[in-house]
Amino acid sequence: MELSARYARDKVVQVFIVLLTLLVIVPLAIIIIYVVVNGIGSINGDFFTQELGSPSRAIQGKPTGLVHSIIGTIIIDLVALLMAVPFGLATGILMSEYPDHPMSGFARLMSKTLNGMPAVLMGLLAYALVVKNTGGFSALAGAVALAFVMIPIISATTESVLRITPWSLREVGLAIGLPRWRVTMSLVVPAAKNGIITGILIAFARAAGEAAPLMLTSFGNNFLTFDLMSPMDTLPQRLYSLAISPYKVWHGMGWAGAIILLLFVMITFFIGRLVVNRMERQATQIENIGKNQNSKEIGQ
Amino acid sequence: MSTLEQVNTAESFRMETKDLSVCYNKSSFGVRDISMPVYNNQVTALIGPSGCGKTTYLRALNRMHDLSPETAVTGQALLDGEDIYAAKVDPVVVRRKIGMVFQKPTPFPTKSIYDNVAAGLALVGIRKKSILDEAVEKALQGAALWDEVKDRLKSPGGSLSGGQQQRLSIARALAIEPEVLLMDEPTSSLDPNSTIKIEELIKELKNKVSIVIVTHNMQQALRVSDYTGFFFVGSLIEFAKTDALFNKPSQDKTKEYLSGFFS
Repeated sequence: MELSARYARDKVVQVFIVLLTLLVIVPLAIIIIYVVVNGIGSINGDFFTQELGSPSRAIQGKPTGLVHSIIGTIIIDLVALLMAVPFGLATGILMSEYPDHPMSGFARLMSKTLNGMPAVLMGLLAYALVVKNTGGFSALAGAVALAFVMIPIISATTESVLRITPWSLREVGLAIGLPRWRVTMSLVVPAAKNGIITGILIAFARAAGEAAPLMLTSFGNNFLTFDLMSPMDTLPQRLYSLAISPYKVWHGMGWAGAIILLLFVMITFFIGRLVVNRMERQATQIENIGKNQNSKEIGQ
Repeated sequence: MSTLEQVNTAESFRMETKDLSVCYNKSSFGVRDISMPVYNNQVTALIGPSGCGKTTYLRALNRMHDLSPETAVTGQALLDGEDIYAAKVDPVVVRRKIGMVFQKPTPFPTKSIYDNVAAGLALVGIRKKSILDEAVEKALQGAALWDEVKDRLKSPGGSLSGGQQQRLSIARALAIEPEVLLMDEPTSSLDPNSTIKIEELIKELKNKVSIVIVTHNMQQALRVSDYTGFFFVGSLIEFAKTDALFNKPSQDKTKEYLSGFFS
Protein backbone atom coordinates (compact mmCIF):
# COMPACT_ATOMS: atom_id res chain seq x y z
CA MET A 1 0.00 0.00 0.00
CA GLU A 2 1.14 3.55 -0.74
CA LEU A 3 2.54 5.43 2.23
CA SER A 4 0.06 8.27 1.70
CA ALA A 5 -2.82 5.78 1.74
CA ARG A 6 -1.58 4.39 5.07
CA TYR A 7 -1.40 7.89 6.50
CA ALA A 8 -4.91 8.54 5.24
CA ARG A 9 -6.22 5.36 6.80
CA ASP A 10 -4.50 6.18 10.08
CA LYS A 11 -6.21 9.58 10.03
CA VAL A 12 -9.63 8.06 9.36
CA VAL A 13 -9.31 5.70 12.32
CA GLN A 14 -8.10 8.53 14.53
CA VAL A 15 -11.04 10.77 13.58
CA PHE A 16 -13.43 7.91 14.23
CA ILE A 17 -12.00 7.35 17.72
CA VAL A 18 -12.17 11.08 18.53
CA LEU A 19 -15.79 11.26 17.36
CA LEU A 20 -16.81 8.31 19.53
CA THR A 21 -15.04 9.86 22.53
CA LEU A 22 -16.88 13.15 21.94
CA LEU A 23 -20.12 11.22 21.86
CA VAL A 24 -19.39 10.23 25.46
CA ILE A 25 -18.02 13.55 26.69
CA VAL A 26 -20.58 15.90 25.12
CA PRO A 27 -23.68 14.56 26.95
CA LEU A 28 -21.75 14.61 30.21
CA ALA A 29 -20.76 18.23 29.62
CA ILE A 30 -24.33 19.12 28.67
CA ILE A 31 -25.66 17.59 31.87
CA ILE A 32 -23.16 19.49 34.01
CA ILE A 33 -23.75 22.79 32.22
CA TYR A 34 -27.54 22.35 32.31
CA VAL A 35 -27.51 21.60 36.03
CA VAL A 36 -25.27 24.57 36.80
CA VAL A 37 -27.27 26.99 34.63
CA ASN A 38 -30.56 26.00 36.25
CA GLY A 39 -29.28 25.77 39.80
CA ILE A 40 -26.77 28.56 40.22
CA GLY A 41 -29.49 31.19 40.69
CA SER A 42 -30.84 29.39 43.76
CA ILE A 43 -27.50 29.19 45.54
CA ASN A 44 -27.17 31.87 48.17
CA GLY A 45 -26.41 32.25 51.84
CA ASP A 46 -29.80 30.91 52.93
CA PHE A 47 -29.32 27.80 50.84
CA PHE A 48 -26.43 26.71 53.04
CA THR A 49 -27.81 27.92 56.40
CA GLN A 50 -31.59 27.39 56.37
CA GLU A 51 -33.77 24.32 56.63
CA LEU A 52 -36.37 23.68 53.97
CA GLY A 53 -39.37 23.92 56.32
CA SER A 54 -42.91 23.95 55.02
CA PRO A 55 -43.86 24.96 51.45
CA SER A 56 -45.26 28.23 52.81
CA ARG A 57 -41.70 29.51 53.33
CA ALA A 58 -40.97 29.13 49.63
CA ILE A 59 -44.34 30.55 48.58
CA GLN A 60 -44.08 33.59 50.87
CA GLY A 61 -40.42 34.20 49.99
CA LYS A 62 -39.16 33.47 53.51
CA PRO A 63 -35.59 32.17 53.94
CA THR A 64 -35.32 28.50 53.03
CA GLY A 65 -32.43 26.19 52.20
CA LEU A 66 -31.05 22.67 52.11
CA VAL A 67 -28.58 22.71 55.01
CA HIS A 68 -30.43 19.77 56.58
CA SER A 69 -30.06 17.71 53.36
CA ILE A 70 -26.36 18.44 53.01
CA ILE A 71 -25.62 17.57 56.64
CA GLY A 72 -27.93 14.54 56.47
CA THR A 73 -26.14 13.24 53.36
CA ILE A 74 -22.76 13.55 55.06
CA ILE A 75 -23.99 11.83 58.25
CA ILE A 76 -25.78 8.94 56.52
CA ASP A 77 -22.99 8.34 53.99
CA LEU A 78 -20.29 8.35 56.68
CA VAL A 79 -22.23 6.00 58.95
CA ALA A 80 -22.81 3.72 55.94
CA LEU A 81 -19.11 3.83 55.13
CA LEU A 82 -18.16 2.92 58.70
CA MET A 83 -20.46 -0.09 58.52
CA ALA A 84 -19.48 -1.16 55.00
CA VAL A 85 -15.67 -0.96 55.18
CA PRO A 86 -15.03 -3.79 57.67
CA PHE A 87 -17.48 -6.16 55.95
CA GLY A 88 -16.32 -5.22 52.45
CA LEU A 89 -12.63 -5.60 53.34
CA ALA A 90 -13.17 -8.89 55.14
CA THR A 91 -15.12 -10.37 52.23
CA GLY A 92 -12.52 -9.15 49.72
CA ILE A 93 -9.70 -10.65 51.78
CA LEU A 94 -11.57 -13.93 52.12
CA MET A 95 -12.13 -14.17 48.37
CA SER A 96 -8.54 -13.32 47.44
CA GLU A 97 -6.42 -14.85 50.21
CA TYR A 98 -8.46 -17.92 51.12
CA PRO A 99 -9.78 -19.11 47.74
CA ASP A 100 -10.07 -22.70 49.01
CA HIS A 101 -12.21 -21.72 52.01
CA PRO A 102 -15.72 -23.18 51.64
CA MET A 103 -17.27 -19.70 52.04
CA SER A 104 -15.08 -18.09 49.42
CA GLY A 105 -16.92 -19.14 46.26
CA PHE A 106 -20.27 -18.38 47.83
CA ALA A 107 -19.06 -14.95 48.91
CA ARG A 108 -17.92 -14.17 45.36
CA LEU A 109 -21.26 -15.22 43.90
CA MET A 110 -23.13 -13.12 46.45
CA SER A 111 -20.86 -10.14 45.95
CA LYS A 112 -21.35 -10.23 42.18
CA THR A 113 -25.10 -10.63 42.51
CA LEU A 114 -25.40 -7.77 45.00
CA ASN A 115 -23.26 -5.60 42.76
CA GLY A 116 -25.66 -6.00 39.87
CA MET A 117 -28.82 -5.69 41.95
CA PRO A 118 -30.98 -2.55 41.66
CA ALA A 119 -30.26 -0.34 44.65
CA VAL A 120 -33.98 -0.03 45.50
CA LEU A 121 -33.83 -3.67 46.64
CA MET A 122 -31.16 -2.72 49.19
CA GLY A 123 -33.69 -0.20 50.46
CA LEU A 124 -36.33 -2.92 50.76
CA LEU A 125 -33.86 -5.13 52.61
CA ALA A 126 -33.00 -2.36 55.06
CA TYR A 127 -36.71 -1.63 55.41
CA ALA A 128 -37.38 -5.23 56.41
CA LEU A 129 -34.33 -5.47 58.67
CA VAL A 130 -34.24 -2.09 60.38
CA VAL A 131 -37.40 -0.03 59.77
CA LYS A 132 -39.72 -2.91 60.63
CA ASN A 133 -37.78 -3.85 63.73
CA THR A 134 -37.13 -0.38 65.12
CA GLY A 135 -40.60 0.92 64.53
CA GLY A 136 -40.01 3.64 61.98
CA PHE A 137 -37.98 5.34 59.31
CA SER A 138 -34.53 6.39 60.48
CA ALA A 139 -31.16 7.65 59.36
CA LEU A 140 -29.73 4.38 60.63
CA ALA A 141 -31.94 2.41 58.25
CA GLY A 142 -30.76 4.62 55.39
CA ALA A 143 -27.15 4.04 56.34
CA VAL A 144 -27.71 0.28 56.41
CA ALA A 145 -29.26 0.42 52.93
CA LEU A 146 -26.32 2.42 51.58
CA ALA A 147 -23.88 0.08 53.31
CA PHE A 148 -25.45 -2.77 51.31
CA VAL A 149 -24.75 -0.74 48.17
CA MET A 150 -21.13 -0.16 49.21
CA ILE A 151 -20.14 -3.63 50.46
CA PRO A 152 -20.07 -5.51 47.14
CA ILE A 153 -18.13 -2.69 45.45
CA ILE A 154 -15.54 -2.60 48.23
CA SER A 155 -15.20 -6.37 48.34
CA ALA A 156 -14.86 -6.71 44.57
CA THR A 157 -12.16 -4.02 44.28
CA THR A 158 -10.36 -5.31 47.36
CA GLU A 159 -10.29 -8.82 45.92
CA SER A 160 -8.94 -7.67 42.57
CA VAL A 161 -6.19 -5.44 43.98
CA LEU A 162 -5.10 -8.12 46.46
CA ARG A 163 -4.90 -10.60 43.62
CA ILE A 164 -2.48 -8.44 41.66
CA THR A 165 -0.04 -8.01 44.56
CA PRO A 166 2.96 -10.23 43.82
CA TRP A 167 2.68 -13.80 45.05
CA SER A 168 6.32 -13.61 46.18
CA LEU A 169 5.31 -11.18 48.94
CA ARG A 170 3.23 -13.91 50.59
CA GLU A 171 5.97 -16.52 50.16
CA VAL A 172 8.58 -14.26 51.70
CA GLY A 173 6.32 -13.57 54.65
CA LEU A 174 5.64 -17.25 55.22
CA ALA A 175 9.32 -18.11 54.75
CA ILE A 176 10.30 -15.89 57.69
CA GLY A 177 7.87 -17.87 59.82
CA LEU A 178 4.89 -15.54 59.92
CA PRO A 179 1.43 -17.05 60.32
CA ARG A 180 -0.82 -16.64 57.31
CA TRP A 181 -3.15 -14.05 58.87
CA ARG A 182 -0.12 -11.95 59.78
CA VAL A 183 1.19 -12.11 56.21
CA THR A 184 -2.21 -10.98 54.95
CA MET A 185 -2.72 -8.12 57.40
CA SER A 186 0.84 -6.80 57.72
CA LEU A 187 2.26 -7.40 54.24
CA VAL A 188 -0.37 -8.03 51.55
CA VAL A 189 -3.08 -5.56 52.57
CA PRO A 190 -0.64 -2.65 53.14
CA ALA A 191 0.92 -3.34 49.72
CA ALA A 192 -2.51 -3.02 48.12
CA LYS A 193 -3.73 -0.02 50.12
CA ASN A 194 -3.85 2.41 47.17
CA GLY A 195 -6.25 0.22 45.26
CA ILE A 196 -8.28 -0.55 48.36
CA ILE A 197 -8.72 3.15 49.16
CA THR A 198 -9.76 3.85 45.56
CA GLY A 199 -12.34 1.10 45.80
CA ILE A 200 -13.73 2.50 49.03
CA LEU A 201 -14.05 5.96 47.46
CA ILE A 202 -15.78 4.59 44.37
CA ALA A 203 -18.22 2.79 46.64
CA PHE A 204 -18.76 5.96 48.68
CA ALA A 205 -19.38 8.13 45.60
CA ARG A 206 -21.70 5.56 44.07
CA ALA A 207 -23.77 5.27 47.25
CA ALA A 208 -23.83 9.05 47.72
CA GLY A 209 -25.78 9.38 44.49
CA GLU A 210 -28.42 6.78 45.32
CA ALA A 211 -31.94 8.04 46.01
CA ALA A 212 -34.00 4.86 45.70
CA PRO A 213 -32.67 2.96 48.75
CA LEU A 214 -33.28 6.00 50.96
CA MET A 215 -36.98 6.54 50.12
CA LEU A 216 -37.99 3.52 52.19
CA THR A 217 -35.44 3.95 54.95
CA SER A 218 -34.24 7.43 55.94
CA PHE A 219 -37.39 8.75 54.26
CA GLY A 220 -36.58 12.45 54.33
CA ASN A 221 -37.19 15.31 56.73
CA ASN A 222 -37.85 19.00 56.10
CA PHE A 223 -35.87 19.95 59.17
CA LEU A 224 -32.36 19.47 60.44
CA THR A 225 -31.76 16.55 62.80
CA PHE A 226 -28.73 14.77 64.16
CA ASP A 227 -30.74 11.88 65.60
CA LEU A 228 -29.83 8.62 63.87
CA MET A 229 -33.10 7.05 64.97
CA SER A 230 -35.30 9.69 63.34
CA PRO A 231 -36.02 10.31 59.65
CA MET A 232 -33.22 12.33 58.04
CA ASP A 233 -32.93 14.22 54.77
CA THR A 234 -30.44 13.43 52.03
CA LEU A 235 -29.67 15.26 48.80
CA PRO A 236 -30.56 12.55 46.23
CA GLN A 237 -33.92 11.82 47.81
CA ARG A 238 -34.60 15.56 48.37
CA LEU A 239 -33.85 16.25 44.69
CA TYR A 240 -36.56 13.83 43.77
CA SER A 241 -39.17 15.31 46.08
CA LEU A 242 -38.31 18.90 45.11
CA ALA A 243 -38.53 18.00 41.43
CA ILE A 244 -42.03 16.56 41.73
CA SER A 245 -43.26 19.43 43.94
CA PRO A 246 -45.54 22.10 42.45
CA TYR A 247 -43.44 25.10 43.64
CA LYS A 248 -41.15 26.96 41.27
CA VAL A 249 -38.75 28.03 44.05
CA TRP A 250 -38.34 24.39 45.06
CA HIS A 251 -37.51 23.39 41.47
CA GLY A 252 -34.65 25.91 41.48
CA MET A 253 -33.46 24.60 44.85
CA GLY A 254 -33.54 21.09 43.40
CA TRP A 255 -31.17 22.11 40.63
CA ALA A 256 -28.93 23.80 43.19
CA GLY A 257 -28.98 20.62 45.28
CA ALA A 258 -27.84 18.73 42.18
CA ILE A 259 -24.83 21.06 41.89
CA ILE A 260 -23.91 20.34 45.50
CA LEU A 261 -24.30 16.59 45.01
CA LEU A 262 -22.12 16.78 41.91
CA LEU A 263 -19.46 18.70 43.84
CA PHE A 264 -19.73 16.26 46.73
CA VAL A 265 -18.94 13.31 44.46
CA MET A 266 -16.22 15.20 42.57
CA ILE A 267 -14.51 16.31 45.78
CA THR A 268 -14.60 12.72 47.05
CA PHE A 269 -12.81 11.53 43.92
CA PHE A 270 -10.42 14.49 44.02
CA ILE A 271 -9.38 13.75 47.61
CA GLY A 272 -9.03 10.09 46.68
CA ARG A 273 -6.78 10.86 43.72
CA LEU A 274 -4.71 13.17 45.91
CA VAL A 275 -4.16 10.49 48.54
CA VAL A 276 -3.38 7.78 46.00
CA ASN A 277 -1.08 10.05 43.95
CA ARG A 278 0.91 10.94 47.02
CA MET A 279 1.37 7.28 47.91
CA GLU A 280 2.34 6.44 44.34
CA ARG A 281 4.84 9.27 44.27
CA GLN A 282 6.44 7.91 47.42
CA ALA A 283 6.57 4.44 45.90
CA THR A 284 8.19 5.62 42.65
CA GLN A 285 10.68 7.72 44.57
CA ILE A 286 11.77 4.58 46.34
CA GLU A 287 12.06 2.70 43.05
CA ASN A 288 14.03 5.51 41.47
CA ILE A 289 16.55 5.59 44.29
CA GLY A 290 17.04 1.88 43.70
CA LYS A 291 17.56 2.39 39.96
CA ASN A 292 20.10 5.16 40.41
CA GLN A 293 22.13 3.07 42.78
CA ASN A 294 22.02 0.10 40.46
CA SER A 295 23.44 2.12 37.61
CA LYS A 296 26.11 3.55 39.90
CA GLU A 297 27.22 0.12 40.91
CA ILE A 298 27.45 -1.06 37.30
CA GLY A 299 29.49 2.03 36.49
CA GLN A 300 32.11 1.24 39.11
CA MET B 1 19.15 -45.83 47.91
CA SER B 2 22.59 -46.81 46.74
CA THR B 3 23.71 -43.24 46.35
CA LEU B 4 23.46 -42.63 50.07
CA GLU B 5 25.84 -45.37 51.02
CA GLN B 6 28.69 -43.96 49.01
CA VAL B 7 28.70 -40.87 51.18
CA ASN B 8 30.87 -40.58 54.22
CA THR B 9 28.34 -40.51 57.03
CA ALA B 10 30.68 -39.41 59.78
CA GLU B 11 29.07 -35.94 59.84
CA SER B 12 25.67 -35.66 61.42
CA PHE B 13 22.43 -35.12 59.56
CA ARG B 14 20.53 -31.90 60.09
CA MET B 15 17.76 -32.90 57.73
CA GLU B 16 16.96 -36.02 55.84
CA THR B 17 14.25 -36.91 53.36
CA LYS B 18 12.94 -40.43 52.95
CA ASP B 19 11.13 -41.29 49.70
CA LEU B 20 9.88 -37.73 49.44
CA SER B 21 7.60 -37.17 46.45
CA VAL B 22 5.83 -34.02 45.35
CA CYS B 23 2.93 -34.47 43.05
CA TYR B 24 0.97 -31.77 41.22
CA ASN B 25 -2.72 -32.37 40.35
CA LYS B 26 -2.72 -35.94 41.68
CA SER B 27 -1.12 -37.42 38.56
CA SER B 28 1.96 -35.50 37.45
CA PHE B 29 5.02 -35.87 39.65
CA GLY B 30 7.27 -32.94 40.41
CA VAL B 31 9.82 -35.10 42.14
CA ARG B 32 9.66 -38.80 43.00
CA ASP B 33 11.08 -40.77 45.92
CA ILE B 34 13.93 -38.48 46.90
CA SER B 35 16.05 -39.75 49.76
CA MET B 36 19.00 -37.63 50.69
CA PRO B 37 20.59 -35.99 53.74
CA VAL B 38 21.37 -32.39 54.58
CA TYR B 39 24.54 -32.43 56.65
CA ASN B 40 24.99 -30.19 59.63
CA ASN B 41 26.99 -27.03 58.89
CA GLN B 42 27.64 -28.06 55.33
CA VAL B 43 26.53 -26.66 52.01
CA THR B 44 24.48 -29.02 49.89
CA ALA B 45 24.00 -28.06 46.25
CA LEU B 46 21.21 -29.32 44.03
CA ILE B 47 22.07 -29.26 40.34
CA GLY B 48 20.37 -30.44 37.17
CA PRO B 49 18.70 -29.15 34.02
CA SER B 50 15.71 -26.79 34.11
CA GLY B 51 12.43 -28.37 35.12
CA CYS B 52 14.03 -31.39 36.77
CA GLY B 53 12.51 -30.74 40.19
CA LYS B 54 15.31 -29.05 42.15
CA THR B 55 13.16 -26.13 43.26
CA THR B 56 10.13 -28.36 43.79
CA TYR B 57 12.20 -30.49 46.16
CA LEU B 58 13.68 -27.45 47.92
CA ARG B 59 10.23 -25.96 48.52
CA ALA B 60 9.10 -29.24 50.05
CA LEU B 61 11.79 -28.83 52.73
CA ASN B 62 10.01 -25.94 54.45
CA ARG B 63 6.45 -26.79 53.50
CA MET B 64 6.05 -24.04 50.93
CA HIS B 65 3.83 -26.38 48.90
CA ASP B 66 1.20 -26.05 51.63
CA LEU B 67 0.07 -22.89 49.81
CA SER B 68 -1.18 -24.78 46.78
CA PRO B 69 -3.90 -27.21 47.82
CA GLU B 70 -3.63 -29.27 44.64
CA THR B 71 -0.02 -30.17 45.44
CA ALA B 72 0.53 -33.29 47.53
CA VAL B 73 3.74 -34.18 49.37
CA THR B 74 4.31 -37.78 50.43
CA GLY B 75 7.19 -39.48 52.21
CA GLN B 76 9.12 -37.97 55.08
CA ALA B 77 11.22 -34.88 55.59
CA LEU B 78 13.02 -35.10 58.90
CA LEU B 79 14.48 -32.14 60.76
CA ASP B 80 16.61 -33.31 63.67
CA GLY B 81 14.87 -36.66 63.37
CA GLU B 82 11.30 -35.28 63.48
CA ASP B 83 9.05 -35.38 60.42
CA ILE B 84 8.06 -31.82 59.49
CA TYR B 85 4.98 -33.23 57.73
CA ALA B 86 3.69 -35.01 60.86
CA ALA B 87 0.09 -34.10 61.69
CA LYS B 88 0.87 -32.23 64.91
CA VAL B 89 3.57 -30.04 63.36
CA ASP B 90 2.74 -26.38 62.69
CA PRO B 91 4.20 -25.25 59.34
CA VAL B 92 4.82 -21.80 60.84
CA VAL B 93 7.15 -23.35 63.41
CA VAL B 94 8.88 -25.38 60.69
CA ARG B 95 9.52 -22.24 58.64
CA ARG B 96 11.06 -20.45 61.61
CA LYS B 97 13.65 -23.24 61.78
CA ILE B 98 14.09 -23.64 58.04
CA GLY B 99 14.48 -20.27 56.33
CA MET B 100 14.38 -19.55 52.62
CA VAL B 101 15.98 -17.12 50.21
CA PHE B 102 14.37 -16.74 46.81
CA GLN B 103 15.62 -16.40 43.28
CA LYS B 104 14.83 -12.70 43.00
CA PRO B 105 15.74 -10.30 45.80
CA THR B 106 12.48 -9.68 47.60
CA PRO B 107 12.82 -6.88 50.14
CA PHE B 108 9.58 -5.34 51.38
CA PRO B 109 10.09 -2.29 49.18
CA THR B 110 8.48 0.37 51.35
CA LYS B 111 9.74 -0.94 54.68
CA SER B 112 13.06 0.43 55.90
CA ILE B 113 16.20 -1.69 55.88
CA TYR B 114 15.84 -2.05 59.64
CA ASP B 115 12.17 -3.07 59.45
CA ASN B 116 12.91 -5.52 56.65
CA VAL B 117 15.38 -7.41 58.81
CA ALA B 118 13.31 -7.09 61.97
CA ALA B 119 10.07 -8.18 60.23
CA GLY B 120 10.34 -11.85 61.24
CA LEU B 121 10.62 -10.82 64.89
CA ALA B 122 8.58 -7.62 65.11
CA LEU B 123 5.56 -9.04 63.30
CA VAL B 124 5.23 -11.91 65.75
CA GLY B 125 5.08 -9.49 68.66
CA ILE B 126 8.66 -8.86 69.76
CA ARG B 127 8.57 -5.16 70.57
CA LYS B 128 11.60 -4.57 72.80
CA LYS B 129 13.90 -2.23 70.91
CA SER B 130 17.12 -3.54 72.45
CA ILE B 131 16.33 -7.10 71.33
CA LEU B 132 15.40 -5.96 67.82
CA ASP B 133 18.45 -3.70 67.50
CA GLU B 134 20.75 -6.51 68.47
CA ALA B 135 19.08 -9.03 66.16
CA VAL B 136 19.14 -6.61 63.21
CA GLU B 137 22.83 -5.81 63.64
CA LYS B 138 23.73 -9.47 64.07
CA ALA B 139 21.75 -10.53 61.01
CA LEU B 140 23.11 -7.74 58.83
CA GLN B 141 26.64 -8.58 59.91
CA GLY B 142 25.92 -12.23 59.21
CA ALA B 143 24.82 -11.26 55.71
CA ALA B 144 27.93 -9.06 55.19
CA LEU B 145 25.76 -5.98 54.72
CA TRP B 146 26.16 -4.16 58.01
CA ASP B 147 29.08 -1.90 57.01
CA GLU B 148 27.28 -0.77 53.86
CA VAL B 149 23.96 0.12 55.48
CA LYS B 150 24.64 0.86 59.16
CA ASP B 151 24.35 4.62 58.55
CA ARG B 152 21.05 4.42 56.70
CA LEU B 153 19.01 1.77 58.43
CA LYS B 154 15.93 3.97 58.06
CA SER B 155 16.05 4.23 54.27
CA PRO B 156 13.73 1.92 52.34
CA GLY B 157 14.80 -1.61 51.45
CA GLY B 158 13.97 -0.88 47.83
CA SER B 159 16.70 1.77 47.71
CA LEU B 160 19.49 -0.82 47.78
CA SER B 161 21.17 -2.30 44.71
CA GLY B 162 20.14 -5.77 43.50
CA GLY B 163 23.08 -7.51 45.18
CA GLN B 164 22.52 -5.62 48.42
CA GLN B 165 18.81 -6.45 48.27
CA GLN B 166 19.63 -10.13 48.03
CA ARG B 167 21.95 -9.87 51.04
CA LEU B 168 19.15 -7.99 52.80
CA SER B 169 16.86 -10.93 52.02
CA ILE B 170 19.48 -13.25 53.51
CA ALA B 171 19.77 -11.03 56.61
CA ARG B 172 15.99 -11.10 56.98
CA ALA B 173 16.05 -14.91 56.84
CA LEU B 174 18.97 -15.04 59.33
CA ALA B 175 17.29 -12.71 61.84
CA ILE B 176 15.03 -15.48 63.11
CA GLU B 177 18.09 -17.72 63.55
CA PRO B 178 17.05 -20.71 61.45
CA GLU B 179 18.87 -24.04 61.63
CA VAL B 180 18.67 -24.59 57.90
CA LEU B 181 18.76 -22.01 55.10
CA LEU B 182 17.27 -22.96 51.74
CA MET B 183 18.49 -20.88 48.79
CA ASP B 184 16.72 -21.08 45.45
CA GLU B 185 19.17 -19.87 42.79
CA PRO B 186 20.08 -16.88 44.96
CA THR B 187 22.48 -15.33 42.44
CA SER B 188 20.72 -15.95 39.14
CA SER B 189 19.47 -12.37 38.89
CA LEU B 190 22.71 -10.74 40.06
CA ASP B 191 25.82 -9.38 38.34
CA PRO B 192 29.18 -11.23 38.72
CA ASN B 193 30.49 -9.01 41.53
CA SER B 194 27.37 -9.45 43.64
CA THR B 195 27.45 -13.18 42.86
CA ILE B 196 30.98 -13.50 44.23
CA LYS B 197 29.98 -11.65 47.41
CA ILE B 198 27.02 -13.98 47.97
CA GLU B 199 29.17 -17.05 47.33
CA GLU B 200 31.76 -15.89 49.88
CA LEU B 201 28.93 -15.24 52.29
CA ILE B 202 27.57 -18.77 51.82
CA LYS B 203 30.94 -20.24 52.76
CA GLU B 204 30.99 -18.19 55.97
CA LEU B 205 27.36 -18.83 56.83
CA LYS B 206 27.74 -22.60 56.94
CA ASN B 207 29.45 -22.24 60.29
CA LYS B 208 26.09 -21.13 61.67
CA VAL B 209 23.48 -22.83 59.51
CA SER B 210 23.16 -25.82 57.24
CA ILE B 211 22.60 -24.64 53.69
CA VAL B 212 20.81 -26.19 50.73
CA ILE B 213 21.32 -24.26 47.51
CA VAL B 214 19.67 -24.83 44.15
CA THR B 215 21.84 -23.63 41.29
CA HIS B 216 21.87 -23.72 37.52
CA ASN B 217 25.53 -22.99 37.57
CA MET B 218 27.74 -26.06 37.95
CA GLN B 219 30.81 -23.94 38.69
CA GLN B 220 28.92 -22.33 41.52
CA ALA B 221 28.06 -25.71 42.99
CA LEU B 222 31.71 -26.67 42.73
CA ARG B 223 32.85 -23.42 44.36
CA VAL B 224 30.49 -23.29 47.34
CA SER B 225 29.19 -26.75 48.18
CA ASP B 226 30.45 -29.69 50.19
CA TYR B 227 27.84 -32.13 48.88
CA THR B 228 25.96 -32.18 45.61
CA GLY B 229 22.81 -33.89 44.45
CA PHE B 230 22.16 -34.26 40.73
CA PHE B 231 18.49 -34.18 39.75
CA PHE B 232 17.12 -35.36 36.44
CA VAL B 233 13.45 -35.55 35.39
CA GLY B 234 12.18 -35.53 38.95
CA SER B 235 14.59 -38.07 40.34
CA LEU B 236 17.77 -37.83 42.35
CA ILE B 237 20.30 -39.55 40.10
CA GLU B 238 23.35 -39.18 42.29
CA PHE B 239 24.31 -37.70 45.64
CA ALA B 240 27.94 -37.44 46.75
CA LYS B 241 30.63 -35.20 48.10
CA THR B 242 30.96 -32.38 45.62
CA ASP B 243 34.49 -33.12 44.42
CA ALA B 244 33.70 -36.81 44.10
CA LEU B 245 30.53 -36.11 42.09
CA PHE B 246 32.29 -33.72 39.75
CA ASN B 247 35.51 -35.73 39.31
CA LYS B 248 34.29 -39.30 39.47
CA PRO B 249 30.54 -39.43 38.86
CA SER B 250 29.22 -42.94 39.30
CA GLN B 251 26.15 -42.58 37.06
CA ASP B 252 26.23 -42.23 33.27
CA LYS B 253 23.55 -39.52 33.35
CA THR B 254 25.65 -37.41 35.72
CA LYS B 255 28.69 -37.85 33.49
CA GLU B 256 26.71 -36.75 30.45
CA TYR B 257 25.29 -33.72 32.22
CA LEU B 258 28.64 -32.61 33.60
CA SER B 259 30.30 -32.92 30.21
CA GLY B 260 27.59 -30.80 28.65
CA PHE B 261 25.67 -33.37 26.57
CA PHE B 262 22.48 -31.69 27.72
CA SER B 263 21.63 -28.78 29.89
